[in-house]
Amino acid sequence: MNPLALLFLIAGLGLIGWLTGRARAQRIDRGGAKRLHSLPSQHGWYVATWAVLPALLFVAVWASLSPSLVRDAVLEHPAAKQLPQFEFERDALLAEAKRVAEDPDAKAFDPLAAELAPATRAAENRYNWMGSAVAILLAFAGGLFAWSRIRAQLKARSQVERIVMLLLLVASLIAILTTLGIFLSLLWESLRFFEQVPITDFLFGTHWSPQVIEASNPGKSLGAVPLFWGTFFIGAVIAMLVAIPFGLMSAIYLTQYAAPRVRAWMKPTLEMLAGVPTVVYGYFAALTVAPAVRDLAVHLGMPFASSESALAAGLVMGVMIIPFVSSMADDSIAAVPTAMRDGSLAMGATHSETISRVLLPAALPGVVAGVLLAVSRAIGETMIVVMAASGAANITLNPFESATTVTKQIVDLLTGEAEFDSPKTLAAFALGLTLFVITLLLNIVALRVVKKYREAYE
Amino acid sequence: MTDAHPAPHKMSARGVSVSYGDKQAIRDVSIDVDMDHVTAFIGPSGCGKSTFLRTLNRMNDTIPSARVTGEITLDGEDIYSSDMDVVQLRARVGMVFQKPNPFPKSIYENVAYGPRIHGLAASKGALDGIVEQSLRRAGLWDEVKDRLNDSGTALSGGQQQRLCIARAIAVDPEVILMDEPCSALDPIATAKIEELIHELKGRYAIVIVTHNMQQAARVSQKTAFFHLGQLVEYGDTDNIFTAPRQERTKDYITGRYG
Repeated sequence: MNPLALLFLIAGLGLIGWLTGRARAQRIDRGGAKRLHSLPSQHGWYVATWAVLPALLFVAVWASLSPSLVRDAVLEHPAAKQLPQFEFERDALLAEAKRVAEDPDAKAFDPLAAELAPATRAAENRYNWMGSAVAILLAFAGGLFAWSRIRAQLKARSQVERIVMLLLLVASLIAILTTLGIFLSLLWESLRFFEQVPITDFLFGTHWSPQVIEASNPGKSLGAVPLFWGTFFIGAVIAMLVAIPFGLMSAIYLTQYAAPRVRAWMKPTLEMLAGVPTVVYGYFAALTVAPAVRDLAVHLGMPFASSESALAAGLVMGVMIIPFVSSMADDSIAAVPTAMRDGSLAMGATHSETISRVLLPAALPGVVAGVLLAVSRAIGETMIVVMAASGAANITLNPFESATTVTKQIVDLLTGEAEFDSPKTLAAFALGLTLFVITLLLNIVALRVVKKYREAYE
Repeated sequence: MTDAHPAPHKMSARGVSVSYGDKQAIRDVSIDVDMDHVTAFIGPSGCGKSTFLRTLNRMNDTIPSARVTGEITLDGEDIYSSDMDVVQLRARVGMVFQKPNPFPKSIYENVAYGPRIHGLAASKGALDGIVEQSLRRAGLWDEVKDRLNDSGTALSGGQQQRLCIARAIAVDPEVILMDEPCSALDPIATAKIEELIHELKGRYAIVIVTHNMQQAARVSQKTAFFHLGQLVEYGDTDNIFTAPRQERTKDYITGRYG
C-alpha cells in the first residue's frame, strides 16, 4: 500500500476515533447522573491517540525493518547465488534491482539485476501488505480498546496531558539525538580511518599531502598539524584580531554612547552583516581583499607573496564575526546593573573610566563567552576559506603566506572522484571529528562561563 | 538655625524644577544644606525627594530626558554652570545608593577606586592609608581588615552598604548624599548605618533621603517634607515632628497617608 495512503487511512481512523469517543462520552454525560471526569473532546483525543500512536509507531519500526527483510527474501532467490561476494558491488546490484522493481520504466544495466527485479518486487509487495494490514489492525484495535474504556470516571484529561508532554519531549530529544547521531557517524568513519592510519601520525604529524599517499605508510603524509595550525591561525588569531576589538568597541559605543535614535538604525545595520551569505564573503575575500593584501605584501618587500594569504581569509572572516562578538558583548554589557554604572559615575569617574574599570570587568565573562562562541564559529567556517585560502598546508607565522584550514581540506578531500574507503577520503571524517570535538568543547566552556556569570548577578 | 553668625550655606538650591520629558517631577524647590547638619528628605513614594537629591551632584545628567532649571550652588558656585566640571563636582559631592552597589572587585579595590581615578594617592603606601582610614570611618575596618582581597559583593548587605560609604568618603568629599541607604537592609544593619551617620556628621554635610520617618527623626537635625514634587515644609527636625506648620506635613507625620 502506498505509504501516503496508509498515513491518510490511519489519520482517518484517528478522526473516527475522536468523533466516536466524544460522542460516547457525551452520551454518558447526558444519560447518567454522574459527572464526567474529563471533557467529551478530551475523551475524543484519548481514543484518537490510542488509534493513531501505536499504528504510527509500528509503521516507523516496520519502515526501518522491512528493507532488510526484503533483502533477505531476495537473497534466497536462486539467481542471488551469482551475486558478487564483495559487499559494495553486491549492494549496488541489489539497489539496482530494487530500482527496476519499483519503476516499470527503468532499464537494468546488469542482467542479474533484471533477473532479481521480479523477486524484489514480490518481496516488497508482500512485506508492504503485511505491514499495512498490521498497522490498520493496530489502529482499529487501539481505537476500540480506548473506546470501550470510556466511562464517567476515566481520567482522559490527564492521559491526554501526559501524551502532549511526551510529544514535546520527543520533539526536543530529536535535536539532541541528531547531534548524537552526527557524532556517532563521524566517530564510526573516523575509527575506520584510524584502523589504517595511526592516530598519533594524524594528530601529531606535520606533513600533509593527501594527493600523494604511500600505500604502505599512509600516515606519513596525513599529519594534520599544519591544518590545525592554519585553522587556529586564520580563525582564532587573525579573525579574532579583527573581530574582538571592532566588535567590542561597537558594542561599547552602541550601549554607552549612541543616542537611542542612532542605536535604532545602527544595531540592525550591524546585524545585517550576520545575514550576508558566507559565499558572498568568500568572493569578497578572494576577489577584493586577497589581491589587495598581496599588493600590500609586495610593497612591504615580499615579491612572491601569495594571493591566497592567510591574512585575506582571516580578515574577511573577522569582519563576518564582528556582529557575533558585538551582539554578545552588547548583551553582557547591558546586563551589568545600572547601579554599577551610577555608582562609578557618582564617584566622579568619567564615562570612559566607568566603562573600562567597572562595566567591562563586570561584563568580561559574557564577553569571553561570546569570543569563544565566535572562535568556534570561525574555525568551523568553510565557504570563505574554500574560496580565499590556499590548499597548501604550511606551518607559518607570516600572515602573508598561504595557510589552509581543516574545513577547506575536508571539502578538497570529499570533492572530485575518490573511493570511499581510502585513507584519503576517510581522513575527511577524522578531520570533521576533530573539528566537531573542538567546537563542542568551546561551546561547553562558553556556556559554563555564561552560566557562572548569570549566577553572579541574579 | 540658632547661630549668631550664620555661616554661608554649603549647598543652596533656588527655584529648582526637574522634568522628565513632559512630566514635571519637582517644582520650584529652594533649600539650604549646611555643613554641620544631617538633612533628611522625607515624603511619600514618588514625591520627588530622590529626584531632587540627584540634582545635587548632577546624577540626573545620566538620564537623557531629564531637564533641570533653577540654581544650585556649592560654596556659592553654580554647579550647573559650564565652568563646573561634573567630575570634580561628584568628587566633592559623593553619593550612596538605595541598593548597595559595590563593584565586582575586591574590598580594597572598591575603596581605592575613587582615589585612583582622581589621582589622590601618590604611592601604594598612601593609597593603603586612604583605604584603611575610609574603612575605619565607615566602621568596617575591623570586620574586613583580614580579607581586603575578597570580593566586595561577597559581603553581607549591611557590610556592602558600609563599603559603599567607605568608597564614597575615600575621595574626601564635602557633601554625602544618601538615597534611602537602609531600605534594603535589616534592622541591625540599619542601626549600624544610622550610628555611622552620627559619627560622620560634622565632618561631611550629609543629606539623606528616607521613607522612614523614625529614621529621619533619629539621624537628622533638619528635615524637608516633599509632597507631589513640591517642598512643603523645611525646618528643624524637632519642630517638623512635634509642631509642623503645614496641615499636609502633619497628616503625613501622623500617618494619614504615605
